[in-house]
Amino acid sequence: MNCGVMNYSETSFAPSTTAPFLSLEAVRKTYPGVVALDGFSMEVGPGEVIGLVGENGAGKSTLMKILGGVTRPDSGTVTVDGVAHDGLTVEASIGSGIAFVHQELNLFENLDVAANIFFGREPLKAGPLRLVDRAKLRQMAAPLLKRVGANFSADAPVASLSLAQQQMVEIAKALSIKARLVILDEPTSSLPIAETEKLLDVIKGLRAEGISVIFISHRLHEVERVADRVVVLRDGMLAGTLPKSEIHHDQMVKLMIGRMLKEREKAAEAGRAPGGVALSASAVRTSAYPDHPVDLELRRGEILGLAGLVGSGRTELARVLFGIDERLGGSVALDGKALRVGSAADAVANGIFLVPEDRKLTGILLDLSIAENISLPNLPAYAKRSLVSASAELATAEKQKKNLGIKAPSVLTRTGTLSGGNQQKVVLAKWLAMNPKVMILDEPTRGIDIGAKAEIYGLMRSLADAGVAVLMISSDMEEVIGVSDRIAVMHEGQISGILDKDDFSQENVLLLAVGKKPRPAHAVGGPQ
Amino acid sequence: MSKKDLGLLVLILVVGAVVTAINPRFLLPINLANTSNLIGLFGILSIGQAFVIITGGIELSVGSLVALLGTLFIDFIAVREMDWPLAFALIIALGAIIGFVHGWLITRLKMQPFVVTLCGLLIYRGVARFYTADGTAGFAFGQNFPDLEFLTAGRSEGVPNSFIAVIVIATVMWVVLHRSVFGRYLYAIGKNEEAAKYSGIRTGRVVIAAYVICGVLTALSAIYFAMYTRSISPASHGQFYELYAIAAAVLGGFSLRGGEGSLVGVLLGTVLLQELQNLVNLLGIPSSLNFAVMGGVILIGVLVDQQWGVFRARRRMMEAARRNVAGAPAE
Repeated sequence: MNCGVMNYSETSFAPSTTAPFLSLEAVRKTYPGVVALDGFSMEVGPGEVIGLVGENGAGKSTLMKILGGVTRPDSGTVTVDGVAHDGLTVEASIGSGIAFVHQELNLFENLDVAANIFFGREPLKAGPLRLVDRAKLRQMAAPLLKRVGANFSADAPVASLSLAQQQMVEIAKALSIKARLVILDEPTSSLPIAETEKLLDVIKGLRAEGISVIFISHRLHEVERVADRVVVLRDGMLAGTLPKSEIHHDQMVKLMIGRMLKEREKAAEAGRAPGGVALSASAVRTSAYPDHPVDLELRRGEILGLAGLVGSGRTELARVLFGIDERLGGSVALDGKALRVGSAADAVANGIFLVPEDRKLTGILLDLSIAENISLPNLPAYAKRSLVSASAELATAEKQKKNLGIKAPSVLTRTGTLSGGNQQKVVLAKWLAMNPKVMILDEPTRGIDIGAKAEIYGLMRSLADAGVAVLMISSDMEEVIGVSDRIAVMHEGQISGILDKDDFSQENVLLLAVGKKPRPAHAVGGPQ
Repeated sequence: MSKKDLGLLVLILVVGAVVTAINPRFLLPINLANTSNLIGLFGILSIGQAFVIITGGIELSVGSLVALLGTLFIDFIAVREMDWPLAFALIIALGAIIGFVHGWLITRLKMQPFVVTLCGLLIYRGVARFYTADGTAGFAFGQNFPDLEFLTAGRSEGVPNSFIAVIVIATVMWVVLHRSVFGRYLYAIGKNEEAAKYSGIRTGRVVIAAYVICGVLTALSAIYFAMYTRSISPASHGQFYELYAIAAAVLGGFSLRGGEGSLVGVLLGTVLLQELQNLVNLLGIPSSLNFAVMGGVILIGVLVDQQWGVFRARRRMMEAARRNVAGAPAE
């Protein structure tokens, strides 16, 4: 699966056969009514990169909490560096060199890199004022940054760094406390392709130094590339361990969900001849790149994947098409007729729907029930003389809940209590309850477990089969290639190329994403 | 009626019982009539405020508006001898226009509600004082408006008509807030304006409408207040009324972050506030302590409500965890 664009040294540090740095034995943790971990055992050798995978709810978070000393297991032992504990305390966890890099970064954006790394441990100048010795601070930070391969300086403000760079700061912070085990929780889930490569390189660097890594990710191809061993959790139990030679995507999925996955393959193969152009954007300019006009045609019955680096203007394009952002120029036409989209309300009225990137902030109202969320965009249709009819609302919600398989006690359940996958289904449900012509999905499966992912792919395909034009923005390479009928790639606010099915490859997408020409083996459409 | 509202009602009854036990005059018809008249006046004002607060906004200028619009109303009918129905309509329209301007500044020009309405508070007070040259607006001796006076300050079967008015308004507004499409939009915007926008709601228009409703109800209450006091010195008339209205909403379970609260709640909040005022009088507490008593009760009320909410949330989580035994474990 290595696409070979990025080069990194294959410094495969052979895990020593000596005592493991960390070992868990028969760890069990229950919460009221839930067995989160059930006799779970694993080992991490020094300098070993463990890929830890499992669906949401499999017990990964509980495991992390135990390793961080936040919760104590009910039974079992945690042995760190040869010392057995019934359970770690936060102090013991930090003291024995376990460091975390969380999915949500805990950095102070208003401070510089060095200040973040040594926050609370700043070197002080002599004297009664106890001022921070900034020069020394930078001096101390520099070697750490070098170790993580940072291409930014210690006095750069964190706000100016990319996500991957911020993650490097977190890792440098971990190194600064002499970490011997770094646990990365979904570090790549919001990273674009090129940045992910950098992070994987950093992990390899850690391994070369003999530091152990637990790498938690839903992106199995990355796990495949970087892990020495994969540990699969399912329902709080060890579903299996895969040695280096057996680490394979399908194998992991099988262990994670206990069956093989067919839906995505189905979604991919279905692709039939698309219909006419549903939505066309000509010379549309967005706030992200006001000087770069975008041309894009979206056909009925197709899933058009929109790939590109984060910041390439994909989300902004979606926001303009949906009327959230102002269009700075150009025109948009639906079914050949020019369309004025001054607000999201206009887009919705024309059957152009958006499943936004940030589900919790913009996709649904967490405080409202499933039924209220589903009816919201089309509320007048549920009302007689502008009074909402609860029964009509519930009937539709029940239908959608059944069709999409939304797992919830009832349609009156607050959406805030649902899992990510079910929340995303509610977002889809509110649009499916109307008549979509164009469905734009921005990172539709981010942070969603693999089972729900497959269902969402299936839904997109059935939408396309029903003649809806589907535009899917995704930074997940497997997803873009596996699901799309065509792939448009954006680079700095413009479509740098459009790939047809025959030309699909990670390499081609990546090349277009950085503004280069795709491999010339096949003819490639699109401008430039 | 929600549990929250029920709790408030119980509190009102308990306070009432305690006051009656100490001073039985609390239940005299004249005292009840006076108190319910005040409930009517402040209730109309507070319901308007509630519509703004539900969107996550705030309207600080209502006290000054009560002064300005009241002054204008009395000036129109007493000095300019305008027909009162026309003056009435003009004042209501003016309230609507001011509400619209506030809403427009907030939604279109993205100004903060606090800032816009704080400036309104200062401006309208100043204009009102300037308009009367800091004098008092009032009726000349012998000037009478029997119909208007009956509707605003009169009584039917001993019940103040202002109280009947607030009940009618509350009933209509209850339907608007809790049953209509518009009401649902208000809640959605209060909970999460971005997500509401992404659901295709024209959030700007809805928010402007909330400020217009507030302006209209404020104008209406300004007329009621004017006819109740019959003379207005614009320097002090209606001072702090915005805070009474906000306090009533907060007591009634509204969150200043928006998206939370019920119409019954704000009405009960008004009742409790007026009951407390009455309590201060009847129990011989120095009237200088008036605000201190109100502040203390609101503080304790909100605190108890919040702690109760935390307790319930925790219990709900435990229950959910228990229900999930077979399903996906909570992480």
